[in-house]
Amino acid sequence: MFGPLRDLAGWRERDIEGVASIAELRAVLGLEDPVLGEALSAKGVQVALDQAVVRGDAALAARSEVAFLPPMSGG
Amino acid sequence: MSVRLTNEAFDPGALLAGFCEGRQEVGAVATFTGLARAEKGSAQILELEAYPGFTEAAIGKFADEATARFSLDDVLIVHRIGQIGPGEPIVFVATASAHRREAFEACDFLMDYLKSRAPFWKKEHGPDGARWIEPREQDHADIARWE
Repeated sequence: MFGPLRDLAGWRERDIEGVASIAELRAVLGLEDPVLGEALSAKGVQVALDQAVVRGDAALAARSEVAFLPPMSGG
Repeated sequence: MSVRLTNEAFDPGALLAGFCEGRQEVGAVATFTGLARAEKGSAQILELEAYPGFTEAAIGKFADEATARFSLDDVLIVHRIGQIGPGEPIVFVATASAHRREAFEACDFLMDYLKSRAPFWKKEHGPDGARWIEPREQDHADIARWE
């Protein structure tokens, strides 16, 4: 989690087991924390899988790194 | 071509000297240094967050694009992350090319990208607390002029 999403979640990194896709991951996180779940689906939030931006859904392998990226403000 | 993120203060003069050293074929080196600016005289800490690996790769891609588009011989980009005080250098860009027009334009192009689309998240710590910064309209307009 980065930027404002990290503040909202209260955590930066977590290991989560048993999710096979990004959509499933969002659902699991949303069940735990509905406010976060909504923020993860908000307009402008990008998702990176193993450091590459993906559009839409994608399958997750045994050890995948998923990052939720809020709109970037530049440096 | 080099892209570096650093938690520590850097010296733009030293970076430029290093970048220029030993270059005999290149005619032009252009450079830009961005400094953290205190708004309204209040001492504010700027906090920049990056996604390690991802951010460097994204910037590197734009450096490659600039190299091809402006016929650059070399590019150096150094960017601070972490907490930055007013007046401290945040970003340093140096471009080397055979002629000055390309070096200037590449520097401008890269700065427009770094200010509007580079994967950083910016937080301002002021007297009233901390807030995340949203992209400015002007930054989007800056990027559009290169298309």
